[in-house]
Amino acid sequence: MNPKLTRRRFIKGVIASGAAAASSTLWYSASGADRPAGAVERLLSLNVNGQVRRVDVAPQETLAHTLRYKLGLTGTKLGCNRGECGACTVLADDVNIYACSTLTHEVKDRAVVTVEGLRAADGTLHPVQAAFIEELSPACGFCTAGQVMSAVALLKANPKPTREEARQAMSGNVCRCGAYDHYLNGVMRASGQLS
Amino acid sequence: MTYMHIGKDFTPPDVEGKVTGAARYAEDFKKDGMVFARLLGSPIPAGRVVNIDASAALAIPGVLGIFTADDLPPAPPPANPALAKEWVTYIGQPILAVAAESDALAEEALSKIVVEYQRRPFVVDPLDTLTEGGPDPYPSGNTLIRNAGEAAAGTTASGTDVGRIKWSIDQVAAFRAGREPVDAQFGDEWSYGDVAARFAECSTIIEEPFVTIGQPHHSLESRTGMAYWENGKCYFHGSLQSHTVGHDALSAMLEIDPANLVFINENTGGGFGSKIFPYPMMAVTGKFARKLNRPVQLRITRAEEFYIGSARSGMQGWIKIGLKDDGRVGAVDVAIVNDAGSGGGGSASSSAEHISIMFQPEAMRFRGLAMYTNTTPRGAQRGPGQNEMAAVLAPMIDKAANLAGVDRVAMRRLNAPRMDGKIGGRQGGISSSYMPEAIDKAAQMFNWDQKKALPRQISATKVRGIGVGQGFHTAGANGYDGLIRIASDGTIYLHTGVGNLGTYSYAGVLRAAAETLQCSWDNCVVVHGHGDLNLPHSTYQGGSNTMFTETRSSHVAALDVIQKLKEIAASEFGGSADDYSIGGERVFLTSNESKGMSYGEAAQKAIEMGGKYSGMEYPDDIHRTTVRSVQAMQGTGLIGVAKDTLPRSGAVPGMAIAFVEIELDKETGKFDIVDYTAVAECGTVVHPKGLRQAMNGGGIWGFGMAAYERHVYDPQNGLPANVGLYQSKPPTYLDVPVQMNVAGNDMPDPQSPVGARGIGEARSGLCSCCTDECDCRCA
Repeated sequence: MNPKLTRRRFIKGVIASGAAAASSTLWYSASGADRPAGAVERLLSLNVNGQVRRVDVAPQETLAHTLRYKLGLTGTKLGCNRGECGACTVLADDVNIYACSTLTHEVKDRAVVTVEGLRAADGTLHPVQAAFIEELSPACGFCTAGQVMSAVALLKANPKPTREEARQAMSGNVCRCGAYDHYLNGVMRASGQLS
Repeated sequence: MTYMHIGKDFTPPDVEGKVTGAARYAEDFKKDGMVFARLLGSPIPAGRVVNIDASAALAIPGVLGIFTADDLPPAPPPANPALAKEWVTYIGQPILAVAAESDALAEEALSKIVVEYQRRPFVVDPLDTLTEGGPDPYPSGNTLIRNAGEAAAGTTASGTDVGRIKWSIDQVAAFRAGREPVDAQFGDEWSYGDVAARFAECSTIIEEPFVTIGQPHHSLESRTGMAYWENGKCYFHGSLQSHTVGHDALSAMLEIDPANLVFINENTGGGFGSKIFPYPMMAVTGKFARKLNRPVQLRITRAEEFYIGSARSGMQGWIKIGLKDDGRVGAVDVAIVNDAGSGGGGSASSSAEHISIMFQPEAMRFRGLAMYTNTTPRGAQRGPGQNEMAAVLAPMIDKAANLAGVDRVAMRRLNAPRMDGKIGGRQGGISSSYMPEAIDKAAQMFNWDQKKALPRQISATKVRGIGVGQGFHTAGANGYDGLIRIASDGTIYLHTGVGNLGTYSYAGVLRAAAETLQCSWDNCVVVHGHGDLNLPHSTYQGGSNTMFTETRSSHVAALDVIQKLKEIAASEFGGSADDYSIGGERVFLTSNESKGMSYGEAAQKAIEMGGKYSGMEYPDDIHRTTVRSVQAMQGTGLIGVAKDTLPRSGAVPGMAIAFVEIELDKETGKFDIVDYTAVAECGTVVHPKGLRQAMNGGGIWGFGMAAYERHVYDPQNGLPANVGLYQSKPPTYLDVPVQMNVAGNDMPDPQSPVGARGIGEARSGLCSCCTDECDCRCA
């Protein structure tokens, strides 16, 4: 397995990206008005889903907040808002991160991809998305976007994972419905190892 | 029987949206002018609100107002109020909501509000309040009393009151020590048969205490809602498991005519029993929006979801089981004290029902008591009562079987319900049971005979354990409506008021209509999830009820369509309706297939004929929700609508049998589940992939209940110790087997037109069966 995608490295990556907003209280106040004037550039050019989006970002604003409430990309879900469930998982330079625990300013120079950005230009679903449909992977679906993004990140780094490698790589994404077997089937199908 | 659709996999229409992010949940909706509301929770476990000073908060520019219990009808105990005032009964209980132009402002406003409380004594252990002289969670008592009274206006609790039951110190001490609490008072009792006489005939008798601990639902989507009012109508984006069955209750909470409510809920991010019916907080969302005359999104955080999102009721109990020489269960005596939390309910009787159906004892006595505590409200959670008892019973049945020298699986098969099985204190019948066959199938899939012969010691510290457990939940009802519209272009619109909580049964049940109509699924459109889409009155989506109940209503609506198709054809080609048949989406003269018309042509004819054919007239017995939907579609096609009045008797059992193999490190206590094999005894399998989803998900909930998840309260301060997901610890990828192995028994229930019974709750708690030689008691 590519060490880039171990759970330990994943978590370290989240922490290193400035996961200061660990509680919902902090998060909800994070986008507020008490910042020092002029301390941080507010108008950012974010590369999201291959497009450069100009957006006004508060200094302590999380990426999940920016994506959902400013860019309208509501496919990224907030399940816990404190880095516990993985529903908000997106890609930053092809590495899966928790958007709820990443400051938007930390990804201003990185290519962010959300679940809405996975389709090909002709509208074709990403192989992971197609495989998840085929395997009826989602149950309630609230965690699905995060599961999809973690699977995409895994297969970019390790195109033919074993089932054990896949479950290790996906273990930062909680599914309260318990559809793990179906998501793993989807990963194996997307990697061409299940027909 | 060979079916076109039943038993075949299909892609439910909402799946693509879930993998692309297009599927929208309540918090994904915005509305022009929308404002944000947040809750302020109680910092004390028991008391009353003396004063609220919100002046500083309201002085902040952009803060629009507060909403308190005074804005709602009184909801005296044991009703679970949306906002508390006189009866604050747990930490985190919402006291008020504040609205502002942004959620950040709303959050800031919360910090400026000063609430003065008067404290009361509190209690977090049900046996502490049960003890004479112990504190009561409510000023008026500690337990639920049924009084058949009416619900308070704007609330959904009815027929209940708070009473007081106390045991002596000796009785509680005996119960804590695992002995029967002699002559103790209970709130709920039933029995059948001569229990003492049957015990006297038993050669193996065990007596055991047991404890199960509640666990929060922690639905991943919190119960955030958004509401706005336009032209006297309330448009409500919410998160419920069910859809139309909750319409009247939500209308009542909002104090409006049901015709003026448009409930929108295409996707629900988990409910697990906690969102079956409208919950109190929905009144705040809707009424705050009306008070402010602005769209309001009431955002619920993860921590708030823990507090108000319900939890399973824990139980403490004592059980006595007697086996006869042949291994049959002769008698059972069980006493249960539930922790009902604040304003919740216990499920002890359901637990006892589980015993009665799964082991068919010749005589049985049940005594139960639901004690309130100053902890979060408890409610239905995935097989409430039955699944806790599955966890409790598995090791005890194993112990009894081992003492009697009977194979654990053989003992379960011997006592399993047959077609003449009985359930509960009244010993009512069941719709069907092929449980012995299910046990055989699962045992074969698991290789029980080979595995039980495997050595238990794997290494110096690791041992192997294999186990078996059974699950049950009532899984079906009747009396709901089906509704179908065929448009003149031939498209078949299958309307359902079933909620979409992720089981895909909302679409699966409609396969029964397509089956009856003998039509292509590609030509069908599933209509659901939006109150403006003309939905019928459908069953509640919980407790595995949907599949049995709604395949019946789908079927009767399709029969109504077929009858109308035939009558229309007869009016065109002559003869009587009985002379006609259907096939290939045509209705035709049976003796001459060239004389006929397509479904689309018949629908056009229905529009021209009017009357019952196009929904201008409709049956008298359909629900008013369905009436409104039919009226809204009048003249738009051929309308098929009917209430399910098909014959039905007895309880509808959803049952399962599961086997688990674990490897346990006896030094560290860490274990890995290396095999999970389960078979659902759920009648005909309608949707194989959906069945796998339901079985695997339920199994994992069972793993969580048996091994990981906990409700923990500090008895000194009344504080919960595990509010977040991390502390509550629902199972992750690493806590479940790498691969899971499930199947359906696939034997038809005679009371369903397609043979289907429900499944979904009946497999939880099955991990608890590992009481093998490794002595790894998980529950």
